[in-house]
Amino acid sequence: MAEIGNLKKIASQVRRDIVRMVHKRQSGHPGGSLGCADFFTALYFDQMHLDASDFDMNGIDEDLFFLSNGHISPVFYSILARKGYFPVEELNTFRAINSRLQGHPTTHDNLPGIRVASGSLGQGLSVAIGAALSKKLRNDNKLVYVLMGDGEQQEGQIWEAALYAGSRKVDNLIATIDYNGQQIDGAVDDVMPLGDLAAKYRAFGWEVIEFDGNDMQAVVNTLELAKTNVGKGKPQLLLMKTEMGMGVDFMMGSHNWHGIAPNDEQLEKALSQLEETLGDY
Amino acid sequence: MIYSILNMKYTIQNHKDTRSGFGDGLLEIAKENENIVGLCADLTGSLKMNAFADAFPERFFQTGISEANMIGMAAGLTIGGLIPFTGTFANFSTGRVYDQIRQSVAYSNKNVKICASHAGITLGEDGATHQILEDVGMMRMLPGMTVIVPCDYNQTKAAVKAIAAHQGPVYLRFGRPKVPNFTSVDAPFEIGKAIKLIEGADVSIIATGHLVWKALEAAEALAKENIHAEVINIATIKPLDEEALIQSVRKTKCVVTAEEHQANGGLGDAVAQMLAQKMPLPLEMVAIKDVFGESGTAEELMKKYGLDTTDIVKAAKNVLKRK
Repeated sequence: MAEIGNLKKIASQVRRDIVRMVHKRQSGHPGGSLGCADFFTALYFDQMHLDASDFDMNGIDEDLFFLSNGHISPVFYSILARKGYFPVEELNTFRAINSRLQGHPTTHDNLPGIRVASGSLGQGLSVAIGAALSKKLRNDNKLVYVLMGDGEQQEGQIWEAALYAGSRKVDNLIATIDYNGQQIDGAVDDVMPLGDLAAKYRAFGWEVIEFDGNDMQAVVNTLELAKTNVGKGKPQLLLMKTEMGMGVDFMMGSHNWHGIAPNDEQLEKALSQLEETLGDY
Repeated sequence: MIYSILNMKYTIQNHKDTRSGFGDGLLEIAKENENIVGLCADLTGSLKMNAFADAFPERFFQTGISEANMIGMAAGLTIGGLIPFTGTFANFSTGRVYDQIRQSVAYSNKNVKICASHAGITLGEDGATHQILEDVGMMRMLPGMTVIVPCDYNQTKAAVKAIAAHQGPVYLRFGRPKVPNFTSVDAPFEIGKAIKLIEGADVSIIATGHLVWKALEAAEALAKENIHAEVINIATIKPLDEEALIQSVRKTKCVVTAEEHQANGGLGDAVAQMLAQKMPLPLEMVAIKDVFGESGTAEELMKKYGLDTTDIVKAAKNVLKRK
């Protein structure tokens, strides 16, 4: 297991990347990206078995990750680049014309590390189930991870997929919900309250673990715990409380930074709060 | 029964539903290729997928009535190298799941075979809620999507094998009624290749699916009036065999298209678009004209909605006047 302090350093650099990417293009989704930086860091730099130097779509004998809430592409791109899937300098091309780093992730331009397009919400859980079943059929004992948004839980397809995975005991699947409580139009509780999400997933036959997604130690512990539950007849749902905008004080506490970019002054202020640990691209 | 049209002979070997061609083809190809998996959303019997499901239970995924999840799962199943065939009615295979197909399958270039039964008006008594007539249009519009509409049992069975060997997303459309099974049992299916069934110099009849046999009947009727129609079976609507079509219309100088689909978006639309750019010529469409269907028998509906042999004959005569 990687040292927690080291993971935190990586997460700090990832947060810098996120803010800089969105600032440069004056477009993108910094809030959710910042909130999930710790989770992505723990997953890719501590937990998953993968080979970033030789990306293969089929990912046989590798753990797989799917991002269902594709709008938080900045954190995904930063993590993939920092992990070595593609050159870190390519983060400069985020959302630019002729870039592989599209506004929402896609396989279309062969960006290593991406296995399905996402952005139109509600689809990633189904895809992850399919990939998990593919692994079972091939006796591949590696795991399938998927991250969804909390607002995304309002999509009907999520519940079709939740029913399938619970009923069919897809127990090599670890799904996470980024429960930051915010969506575009405001607080999830105002836009369309989700009720007791943990109880809902449990009722669908899932094992549910709740944790603080901005506490690196808690993230690592939870992902470790989830691994011990694999193969026990239930899919797992990690209900991850995060703070949208985490790490940049003025971006926290509201939905306002869901999808807008910082100006030059705000960029400087944000970067002053985030330590440069691996070198800016 | 031997059906003799001009100097060509077409034997109706039997009357069979194209969906049975799908089911039988799937079972056969699954025996040969262990990467083939099947998914179905509570219509296993209707899709004739039972034999496959019984023979390979571990490779069959019953999703219940949740088509969106089924399409997403199929996209995921390709990761690792499996070749998923999804099965449900054409309505639920396309309109209901358009965004799932668009993002998770087509844009993601996943090797998913979307197999759609009970397409068109010949679904019959269930009525317009289930008679999708826009599916080919929707699927044609998706970049990278191959769209196949075979004409009979044998051709559907052959098409299943061909799409299994093809890398990339495919929409395979077939139907419910028993129709003449007349193509050669061992004819290989070549994706993207038009098949000329009858040579003729006066008018090109370009047909797909259930309308292909009716086009042959129409050619016979026209021959009695000394009008020599060329009949072309377009089983692959996308990519369209432009070369074969241009070769035909260069000779005949006029075209009738025939399909069990809206004129908007279907085969006729595809042919018209191509010819307008490359060889503008008079064209008539035998297709559904911007209306919904209704309950009735398949035969009654084909008559009422203008998709019968006589409608093709009439269209041919009309287009000849415009030459």
